[in-house]
Amino acid sequence: MSIAEIQEELIDEFSLFDDWMDKYEHLIGLGKSLPLIDPALKTDDRIIKGCQSKVWLHAAMENDKLIFTADSDAIITKGIIAVLVRVFSGQSPEEIVKANTDFIDQIGLKEHLSPTRANGLVSMIKQMKLYAIAFQAQLKK
Amino acid sequence: MAFNVTQIREDFPILKREVNGKPLVYLDNAATSQKPKQVIDSIVDYYSLYNSNIHRGVHTLSQEATDAYEASRKKIQKHFNISRSHEVIFTSGTTHGINLVANGFTSFLKEGDEVLVSAMEHHSNIVPWQMLCERSGAVMKVIPMSEEGTLLLDEYDQLLSDRTKLVFVNHISNSLGTINPVDIIIEKAHQVGAAVLVDGAQSCSHIKPDLQALDVDFYVTSAHKMCGPTGIGMLYGKESWLQKLPPYQGGGEMIAEVTFEKTTFADLPHKFEAGTPNIAGGIAFGTAIDYLNEIGFNAIAGHEQELLTYATEELLKVPGLKIYGTGREKTSVISFNLEDIHPYDVGTILDKLGIAVRTGHHCTQPIMDFYKIPGTVRASFAFYNTKEEVDILVEGVRKAQMMLS
Ligand SMILES: Cc1ncc(COP(=O)(O)O)c(C=O)c1O
Repeated sequence: MSIAEIQEELIDEFSLFDDWMDKYEHLIGLGKSLPLIDPALKTDDRIIKGCQSKVWLHAAMENDKLIFTADSDAIITKGIIAVLVRVFSGQSPEEIVKANTDFIDQIGLKEHLSPTRANGLVSMIKQMKLYAIAFQAQLKK
Repeated sequence: MAFNVTQIREDFPILKREVNGKPLVYLDNAATSQKPKQVIDSIVDYYSLYNSNIHRGVHTLSQEATDAYEASRKKIQKHFNISRSHEVIFTSGTTHGINLVANGFTSFLKEGDEVLVSAMEHHSNIVPWQMLCERSGAVMKVIPMSEEGTLLLDEYDQLLSDRTKLVFVNHISNSLGTINPVDIIIEKAHQVGAAVLVDGAQSCSHIKPDLQALDVDFYVTSAHKMCGPTGIGMLYGKESWLQKLPPYQGGGEMIAEVTFEKTTFADLPHKFEAGTPNIAGGIAFGTAIDYLNEIGFNAIAGHEQELLTYATEELLKVPGLKIYGTGREKTSVISFNLEDIHPYDVGTILDKLGIAVRTGHHCTQPIMDFYKIPGTVRASFAFYNTKEEVDILVEGVRKAQMMLS
C-alpha cells in the first residue's frame, strides 16, 4: 500500500470511535502491538531529543525500502510511533520525504502535533524524514 | 471572615473555563498560581489610568505610578517583616534573584571555599551556583536527603566547617512539598560564619515567612506563585550584604552619577534595579499580597492541609500508587507514580479529563535520579481547590490506570 492509502486506512479506522477514550484505547493497543526494536539498538544515540518520554528510533534499508523500528517508555507515545511506523515503514525514501502528515489531525490526535508539547512527535517525524533523506542520498550514489 | 471556598473561586475568572469539554480542574499551582480579578484589575487599571515611567518624571502620572510601585515595595516589606524597605529589591523572579546574588559573590569566594546546596533544589537554585563555583574555584557539596524526602541534618552538621561560605536551600520543595527546617539551617550556618540564601518560590503561597525572625541573609521569591503576575519577584537581602554586593546589571535607574571615566552607583534598592522595571507587575504583586492577607494565611494553610490529607488518603487507595515526598512537614503538593506506568501517559489522560497536573522532572533532575525514576505526576493544590476536585483527580487517576495498564 502507498503512504496515502495507509493514511486513509488509519483515518477510517479511527473514525469508528466517537469518544476520545475509545480513540486512545485503540492508540494504546496499536502501541502494544508495535514490533519491538532490537534491545541492542536501544542506545542513547538513538534517543530522539525533545521528548518527556524516551523514544528510540532505528532505520535500516531492505530492498530499497526503509524499515523503521522504534520503542518508547510511555505507552501513548508508543501508540503514536506505531501509527507513524505503520505509515512510513516499508516505503521508499523518496515517498517518505514527500509525504505530508495532515492525517494526524484527521485521526484526532492533533494535540500531539503541537511543537510545544513535550512528546517529541514533531521531532519523531523530522527524524524519520532525515533518515529518508540520508538513505536517498546513498541510493543515488 | 470565615473561609468560604465557593466564594473565593468567584474571584478567579479562569476557574470557570472548560478544557477538553470538561470543567477545568487546575492542580498545577506549584508551577504557577491562578490570578484573582483584583490582581488582573490592578494591571488593567495601571495601563488604563496612570501608565508612565517611574522615578524620573516630574509630571503627575509619573508621580502616581512611582507612588503605587513604591507602595508595593512597602507592602512586601510589611508582609515579610523586613526591617528596611530598601532591603526589598524588585527582580523578574526567583531565578533572577538567585543569579544576582550568585554573581555578586564571585569576588567573595576563593579556591578551597565551600558552598552547600540541598539535594532537593530546583535547577534555578543549582545552576547559578555551579557557575559561581566555576568562576571562583569554590567547591559545591550536597546536603543529602532521606527516602521520605527530608534533609539529613546530621549530615548537614558534618558538612559545615569554617570553609563553608554559603548555604542555599529551598524553603519548600517544589517536587516533594517538603517544608525544610530553614530556621535550624540558618542558625547552624551562621555559627560557622556562612551566609544563607533561602529560595522561597514555593513557600510564599502557603505561609507568611517572618524574615527578621528567620535571620536569613537572602530570601527570593516570584509573584506568579502567589497569585501575582509573571515576570516580577523580590530579593530580600540584609542591608549589610546588599551594600557589599556589586551591582548585577548596569543601566539607567541604578546610577548616581555617570561620566565616561567613572560611574557612581545609586543607593539601595536602586543599585540593583537597572532599567525600566515591570511597573504593572510590581504594583500587581502588592495587590496579590493584599489579596492573600485578606483571606489570611492561617485560613489558607488550614484549607490546604485539609486538601492534602484528604488527597493523600484517597490517592493511596489506588493500587500501585506511590507518593514521593512523605515527610511529616509538607505542603499541598503530591508527587506520585502508578506502578509500571509512565507519568507522561497519566498526565495526558488527566488532561483529556480537564485536569491540569504537571508531569516530568519538575526542574529537579537530582531528585528523580535519587529515586531512579524518569519523573512523577505532580498534583499541587491551592486554597481555591476543593475536595470535589480531589475526587475528580482520584477518579481520573483510576481511569488512567485502567486505560494504561
Ligand atoms: C523551588 C523553586 N525555585 C525556583 C523556581 C524558579 O522560579 P521562577 O521560574 O519564577 O524564577 C521555582 C519555580 O518553579 C521553584 O519551584
